[in-house]
Amino acid sequence: MKKIEAIIQPFKLDGVKEALKSIGIDGMTITDVRGHGRQKGHKEVYRGQEYNVDLLPKVKVELVVAAERAEEIVTTIIAAARTGKIGDGKIFVYDVQQAIRIRNDDRGESAI
Amino acid sequence: MNLQFRKGLLCLLACPALLAQAAPDTAAAIPAPIAAKLAALEAAAQSAQSAGDNAWMLVSSALVLMMTAPGLALFYGGLVRRKNVLSTMMHSFVLMGLVTVIWAVAGYSLAFGGSAPYFGNFQFAFLNGVGTAPNADYAATIPHATFMIYQLMFAIITPALISGAFAERIKFSAMLLFTVLWTLVVYFPMAHMVWGKGGLLNAFAGGSIPCLDFAGGTVVHITSGVSALVCAIYLGKRVGYPNASMKPHNLVISVIGAGLLWVGWFGFNAGSALAASGLATSAFVATHFGAAAAMLAWMAVEWLDGGKPSMLGAISGCVAGLVAITPASGFVKPFPAMLIGACAGVMCYFMVTRIKHKFGYDDALDAFGVHGAGGTLGAILTGVFATSAINDGLKVAGKVQPLGLVDGNGGQVLNQLLGVAIAWVLAIVGTLVILKIVDVTVGLRATPEQESDGLDLSMHNEEGYILES
Repeated sequence: MKKIEAIIQPFKLDGVKEALKSIGIDGMTITDVRGHGRQKGHKEVYRGQEYNVDLLPKVKVELVVAAERAEEIVTTIIAAARTGKIGDGKIFVYDVQQAIRIRNDDRGESAI
Repeated sequence: MNLQFRKGLLCLLACPALLAQAAPDTAAAIPAPIAAKLAALEAAAQSAQSAGDNAWMLVSSALVLMMTAPGLALFYGGLVRRKNVLSTMMHSFVLMGLVTVIWAVAGYSLAFGGSAPYFGNFQFAFLNGVGTAPNADYAATIPHATFMIYQLMFAIITPALISGAFAERIKFSAMLLFTVLWTLVVYFPMAHMVWGKGGLLNAFAGGSIPCLDFAGGTVVHITSGVSALVCAIYLGKRVGYPNASMKPHNLVISVIGAGLLWVGWFGFNAGSALAASGLATSAFVATHFGAAAAMLAWMAVEWLDGGKPSMLGAISGCVAGLVAITPASGFVKPFPAMLIGACAGVMCYFMVTRIKHKFGYDDALDAFGVHGAGGTLGAILTGVFATSAINDGLKVAGKVQPLGLVDGNGGQVLNQLLGVAIAWVLAIVGTLVILKIVDVTVGLRATPEQESDGLDLSMHNEEGYILES
């Protein structure tokens, strides 16, 4: 099993959700996060005082999937989330040791 | 139309009275049924005017209360950091209780009792004699109690304005004690001097320095704004100022607050006519035009100054204009009103973006930069643009007197400057003494830990935004 963690632009969330649904992926966890990579952030001015806002709002999408589908899902997310500009975000893929469904103690891929 | 009708009616009513005075022996010539009818008509006309005036003044009173909360509470509440939103709103809201009680016990009397030049007296203490019968010294067509409750709303918002200067770092107990003393030492005497019968600065009631202040440029905005500056300097900067981010946590609620202030200000200024009269309309119009011009002026100068036209700028600009037009509102024509507003928008912009940073005081929400500076500018410009074409209330031996420089009375500018100086001195000295007293008794500042936790938690044990509930 693999865990896919994609940090994307908030306005791309709907597109990514739709794209994942279209290839049969329903389960995911979404979090509002803030962060930055190479993107510099932006400047805000209040009362003539400048503030650099370097932590920008992003959305983190997490899903755990069968290992053989991971690459297909990554490709799908890239296609849906890419604008080609700095700030599009990143995707991380992890190995997952175990998955357990709390309701009935299902284990492994049947739990995801 | 309405005014003409009223004048005609008054003439009609005055005629028999004049006749009766000129030749008392001919009074008997009016047949009794007609005399009775005339008397009934006179009573009906008076009661109609009283009904109209009282309706407007009760609405105005409610509008001015709305300026404090939700208006100012939202405006200030949005400008602070998230952890201080409730404490900042509390600084406005609690005064609706505190000042009201002080007002009932002695405040109203100290402001409007007696006819001494500097202070009121205790004749209306515990609202003694303040009922539905009008008090002709102040407003002959509305119940005395209406006048009293209307003036109360001014006494509530004035100390609330100061809270912009000590926001995010004052102890709640200190803020309460400060306000009690401040109303007694600064507000009531100033209100008496400017608006009270026989007050030193009251141009309309025999003041020896005839100052023009229609709705409270000196009484409300200079006293609160200058006291705010003294508070900001005395309390010192917030921990981390100016390097740490102190940006507003929610400008959306500040915009709602500013909108409510703008609307409420019609009660504040137009209500100061104390009647539903043509003068109220003049003040309404001047108020609106002043605010509009000030907002555009602030935006324009912000844009030209290398920035972008901001929402914070737009709401600050309109408030600056409303402040500056306050003393002038019942004395000036619409275009001078716009000019006063525009000047205030430009000046207050530089006050909060340049002067404040240059001198380094932490006037957190710009109570001085907007109310102190805008109020001073407005009070002086009132002496320039006030005209008897708008307000013919100032009469000597029945003759309407010229008001400001545009009427050819250049000396009025000097009178205004004297009024401004008295307001500044009273605010500075009074506030310094009070701060010292509060400092040595209950202590002024929150501890650094309380300040970093936020006053909502450390003073009130609650939070404005609870995401997990």
